[in-house]
Amino acid sequence: MSLWRHAARGLRALLNRSAADRDIGDEVEHYFDEAAAALETTGLSPEEARRVARLELGTVAVVREQVRAYGWENVVETTAADVRHGLRQLLRRPAYSIVAVLTLGLGIGASATIFSVVNPILFEALPYPDADKLMMVWDVQDGRRSDVTFGTYREVMARSRTFRSMAVVRPFHATLTGVAEPERFDGQYVSADYFRVLGVAPALGRDFHAADDRPGAPFVALISDSVWRRRFGGDRSIVGRQVLLEDTPVTVIGVMPATFENVLSPSAEIWSALQYDATLPTNGREWGHHLHMIGRLREGAGEEQAKRELEGIARTPDTAFSRPSWAALRNGFITTRLQDDLARAVRPALLAILGAVALLLTIACVNVTNLVLARGVERRTELMVRAALGASRLRLMRQLITEAVLLAIMGGLAGIALASLAVDVVIAFSPPELPRIAAIRVDGWVLMFAVALVTMIGFAVGIVPALYGSRADLRIEGRSTTDSRGREVGRRTLVVVQVAFALVLLAGAGLLLRSLQHLLAMPPGFEPRNVLTLQVQTAGRRFRDPNAAHQFFTAVLEAVRHVPGVSIAGATSQLPLTGDVDVWGVVFESSPPAADNDNREASRYAVAPGYFEAMGIPLRRGRLLNAQDDGSAPHVALISESVAKRRLPGVDAIGQRLRIGASPGWFTVVGIVGDVRQASLAIDPTDAVYVTNEQWTQFSDRARWLVVRGQSDPGVLMPAIRRAIESVDKGQPILRVATMDERVNASAAARRFALVLFQAFGVVALALASIGTYSLLSGSVTRRLREIAVRAVLGADRRSLLELVLREGMSLTVVGTLLGLGLAMLASRFLETMLFGVSRLDAVTYISVVALLALTSAIACWMPAWRASRLDPNAVLRAE
Amino acid sequence: METENTDLIQGTLDLLLLKTLSLEPMHGFGIARRVEQVSRGVFKVNPGSLLTALTRLERAGWLDSEWRDTANSRRAKYYTLTRSGRRQLEAETADWARRAAAVARILKAEA
Repeated sequence: MSLWRHAARGLRALLNRSAADRDIGDEVEHYFDEAAAALETTGLSPEEARRVARLELGTVAVVREQVRAYGWENVVETTAADVRHGLRQLLRRPAYSIVAVLTLGLGIGASATIFSVVNPILFEALPYPDADKLMMVWDVQDGRRSDVTFGTYREVMARSRTFRSMAVVRPFHATLTGVAEPERFDGQYVSADYFRVLGVAPALGRDFHAADDRPGAPFVALISDSVWRRRFGGDRSIVGRQVLLEDTPVTVIGVMPATFENVLSPSAEIWSALQYDATLPTNGREWGHHLHMIGRLREGAGEEQAKRELEGIARTPDTAFSRPSWAALRNGFITTRLQDDLARAVRPALLAILGAVALLLTIACVNVTNLVLARGVERRTELMVRAALGASRLRLMRQLITEAVLLAIMGGLAGIALASLAVDVVIAFSPPELPRIAAIRVDGWVLMFAVALVTMIGFAVGIVPALYGSRADLRIEGRSTTDSRGREVGRRTLVVVQVAFALVLLAGAGLLLRSLQHLLAMPPGFEPRNVLTLQVQTAGRRFRDPNAAHQFFTAVLEAVRHVPGVSIAGATSQLPLTGDVDVWGVVFESSPPAADNDNREASRYAVAPGYFEAMGIPLRRGRLLNAQDDGSAPHVALISESVAKRRLPGVDAIGQRLRIGASPGWFTVVGIVGDVRQASLAIDPTDAVYVTNEQWTQFSDRARWLVVRGQSDPGVLMPAIRRAIESVDKGQPILRVATMDERVNASAAARRFALVLFQAFGVVALALASIGTYSLLSGSVTRRLREIAVRAVLGADRRSLLELVLREGMSLTVVGTLLGLGLAMLASRFLETMLFGVSRLDAVTYISVVALLALTSAIACWMPAWRASRLDPNAVLRAE
Repeated sequence: METENTDLIQGTLDLLLLKTLSLEPMHGFGIARRVEQVSRGVFKVNPGSLLTALTRLERAGWLDSEWRDTANSRRAKYYTLTRSGRRQLEAETADWARRAAAVARILKAEA
């Protein structure tokens, strides 16, 4: 009740200040009248009585202010007054305000942008219930994480107690046929529990049952909300209907919710049951390393517990579960939280970029603090007058901090506007490794982050000038008081910090630039220039006959070879630098693996003749594959140099026989070709084995890459090539078109992503630091005009005046550079995992960066110095 | 501002004001003069604190106020104790008596 009265009275006072003021004024006046009247009764004259009353009680004005200051409404009022006054101050100096707001906007915008990228990947929980309980489990092959086999999954699922449920998935591609416009979808084969592990249920229809996942069960599928709307018009009767995938009837059993985000394969739009054989035939796909395994921990079980348990399972084989030698789990498992697993490839880059943007933001704040400090010098008179009129130090600090917060708020608004534009740009050139792209946007979290930043910045930028400014005191008037000297030291320190931080950012950018240069200089093992690549997917039932596929691709190659401008064309089942992995165990007849854990895996390439010539992969010994190596000829294979060196040391590889996977017969090695970087430029070449499509009989590759070497830039050939392919068969989707040069560049995308951001931040930081140095020196020259003029009159020549100012500026640069070098060397640790072929203490980088910074600083110092050397001493001294 | 003779103990001012107003409605100076007279000059209340305190008590609902015209055509604000103010006075008086007795006991024990 009393609270209500407080609110009501306060509000009334606030809304009708003049009435409230009149009341207070009248009451105080009356008080003084009465006091004087009382004194008159003791015999004083009216004038004397009033004088004595004032002596005893103070002035009417002071008492009125004291009474007026009571009540919550006054806090509101003084804040409003501070804001109004602050805005007037900012409007009075628009150039200053705009520079400050833009600088802060740049800093906040960059930070908010990076935060919006980093947050969903590193910090925000994945969009599943209890996402922390989701774990990825990997087999370990050759020291690296590898997909698990179905057999391993069966064993772990049966033996593990820490996992409540587990699932395995693998990607597939399928074309929707039997409709006017066939469309190719990315999809996933999943074990029945996949969606229950994630904790997501279909919005429409039902989830997979265990019965759907048995070999020979009727084909069923779940589709994504977008496919449902795009292809089936959002018709609810789709559930239970049959559609044709590759001409095979599949029953749609449900539709996933629109909000479902499938982090393991964001492009997947259709899901079908895995239907692997639980009896685990050793020569079947059940023992191939090609499944992602995901599990949900039981209530109360943690990551460490799961790791320990899985290690235990790996170490203690159980006779109830057979383990072939290649899936013997000798190296245990790699078990990580799903979120960490997703972020694994980009985490170091994201953290480094986050650190970089924090540096940039600091530089921006420091810059604005310096601006505010410089502005404070101009405003000394105003502050001193206010102090003289009775404003307390706290009151002045509040005013100055209010102004800084105002700047921060406007900067924050500019920053949010910048971020909402920049996020799209960042997404556009984000590397393919970046997960959860769909979740990257300026959302509530980002806004909260920005508000937190604005608050912090407001106080950070306001506190130093407020401490100096509020010391304004009538007594310390003069040109070089201790007060302004302290302020000067403060400003210099801030400039040194800017220079140092800018150097850290530039050094990071330099190291990344050199890494990228090294990376792109790595020989990929083929000749990427003028090579166009594209994937052709065969869709439809008739291609289930391997001969039909061979005939189709042979005809396509023949047609493409006749396109004017094409020199050579070949085909292959997998192509380097595409991210595809097709690795098989390779066994040599003569040298069975010495130990079972020897890595005997190699990338398998089923190629059409012309592939090596088109790619420019060099033949080292023997011969290449040709058209005579068809189905009826003796089976032959090429191996890469690394296979020859590692698997057949001291033996002539030509003529050796090998088996790929469970191939029914032996392949005779007829040639050795150069090593190729399959996975990435940064990863050493993988072992490779090549056979012809016709002699690869275990299955038919339904999607094949065409590799076309043009006489010049092959991009212009694409329309003609497309026409050539369609002349053979119009219905086969053409996918993933790119030149090999583009693939080489894409392979460096993650580093380039970090590099571009570091460069941008570095350039801005350099500019801000230079502006900081420049404005400090100009201020200093302005303040020292008289001193400089006196020196000039006393005979100092232009050169020595120039030196005087330059020395002042460059000494700051030197201190900042030394500090920055130390910091940069320390900070380079965080970049280490992203560097390639260059040490984190690379001398060339640091020397270049220091040179760049010195040059820019010299320019920033030169301008004020030049002004000092040119000034007319007489004019200055006369003005005094 | 002669507060040096006796600083009012925090919270005592409210009690004195409520007690003074329990006799009759009064304006600010009247209250100050009464407090000073009755305390025989021990307590002098400065107008800033007094009027602020009156505003506070009024907002707490313990006082009512009304404007009356004075002889020399000025306005005077008179304060009246409300019913809840009277209850508050009783409570504070009892509280004060308890404290005073306690302090007195301690002082006696010391001596």
